[in-house]
Amino acid sequence: MEPLTSKKKVLVQKPLTFAERIYLPAITKGLSITMSHFFKKEATIRYPEVQREMSINWRGMHSLKRDENGKERCTACGLCALSCPAEAITMIAAERKPEEKDLYREEKYAAVYEINMLRCIFCGLCEEACPKEAIYLDGPIVPSDYLRKDFIYGKDKLVEQPLEKK
Amino acid sequence: MDITFVIEKFVLVAVIFGISLVIAMYSTYAERKVAAFLQDRLGPDRAGPFGILQPLADGLKMFMKEEIIPSNANKWLFMVGPGLAMLTACIGTAVIPWGSAITLGSRVIPLQVTDINVGVLYIFGVVSLGVYGVMIGGWASNNKYSLLSAIRAASQNISYEVAMGLSIIALLLVTNTMSLKEIVDQQHGWHWNVIYQPVGFLLFMVCSFAETNRAPFDLPECETELIGGYHTEYSSMKLGFYLFAEYINMFVSSAVMATLYFGGYNYPGMDWVLLHTGPVIGPLIGTVVLFIKIFAFIFFFMWVRWTIPRFRYDQLMHLGWKMLIPLAIANVIITGIVIAIVEKF
Repeated sequence: MEPLTSKKKVLVQKPLTFAERIYLPAITKGLSITMSHFFKKEATIRYPEVQREMSINWRGMHSLKRDENGKERCTACGLCALSCPAEAITMIAAERKPEEKDLYREEKYAAVYEINMLRCIFCGLCEEACPKEAIYLDGPIVPSDYLRKDFIYGKDKLVEQPLEKK
Repeated sequence: MDITFVIEKFVLVAVIFGISLVIAMYSTYAERKVAAFLQDRLGPDRAGPFGILQPLADGLKMFMKEEIIPSNANKWLFMVGPGLAMLTACIGTAVIPWGSAITLGSRVIPLQVTDINVGVLYIFGVVSLGVYGVMIGGWASNNKYSLLSAIRAASQNISYEVAMGLSIIALLLVTNTMSLKEIVDQQHGWHWNVIYQPVGFLLFMVCSFAETNRAPFDLPECETELIGGYHTEYSSMKLGFYLFAEYINMFVSSAVMATLYFGGYNYPGMDWVLLHTGPVIGPLIGTVVLFIKIFAFIFFFMWVRWTIPRFRYDQLMHLGWKMLIPLAIANVIITGIVIAIVEKF
């Protein structure tokens, strides 16, 4: 059959030349290549001690923010849970009591706020949905653990540390 | 035979045995480190500083593993196999001269366990015995894969022993002696045998790669393709013994190569050093030089392992029978002719 294009190339396997048959030139070439790698800088990062620098829009563990007075910003509107494509967020809202005025910014707050880190896909949609700028994915890599239940992070792990009292 | 002689030999044997075990132990660590560096990685660095305790951790792991003996295996031979592999690996060190004799007061202590006049032949015999550990282990497992691998290993070892023996014959034509001590003493200073027998050295080195089952001749135990090889059924420290024996073999064959072809404990300028450092320190410096040569060879073994892909079985046999053996015979003939001509004129 006539070839349809002019690019057809017939592969001919030539018999090995003498230099190829005694292996030695190829072996010395290979050895010099591996030896050049011996002196190259290694690509490994010693992870727990040395952390790789992440890009500025990198999304890590969530944190629930406080405002400038140290009050929790979250008002338990549920938009983050609604926007979450992985359905990782659950919350229970509660009404603020008068004596809790310093703890929560709005009258309504999240009594329970849980994120299942095994479900979370770190898409950042909760961050975008939040009208109160209360949740950001600005934390470190979520650490490993042994049990599934330990991956459901509650407010104890998610809320920012309170501001230092002056 | 006085009692000090016995003590002296006993101490020497214990020291050599201990050193070869420690070197084999740290060869596993070195292998992983060299592999890592050749592949732009770090290698083990968690156990102790720079991972220096890694071999201990590996050994502990081996001991803690469950010991499995297949129900239909020949229990006695199954246990003898790794022991035999270990034994044949260790006894090769007996005839290697580790240094020139130390003079302590009036006493001359040779740094060699025994200087038998057939030292080369002894090494060769021990190397051939090594195949029994593999063969018995593979057969006693009562597993077809193990048996096939053991047969493969045995035929490889036997094939390459022929070329190895022929390359040694050419060396013996040059040295006129089989005593390793005399062979080393003939290579005083820089008169190393590798200068007179470069082809012989190359043949010997290729064959010792095959004899120690190291890459590119590691068909007996290639992990991925052939299900582990003859030690498929082995677990725990029995497996550890097989792996350990391989590293001791590597150490011993490095020592033999350094002794036969690279002057053993001889180095250029050794007379001056011996004159200035005295009868105890001087020979020990020679021993250090020998160990540097050995480590260089061990490094070369590892370097080659992480460079060259494994031979196919037919290529292995082709190389052994059709290339190495004719080359070795030609080497013997040419060496003989040259020696005859040199002696004539």
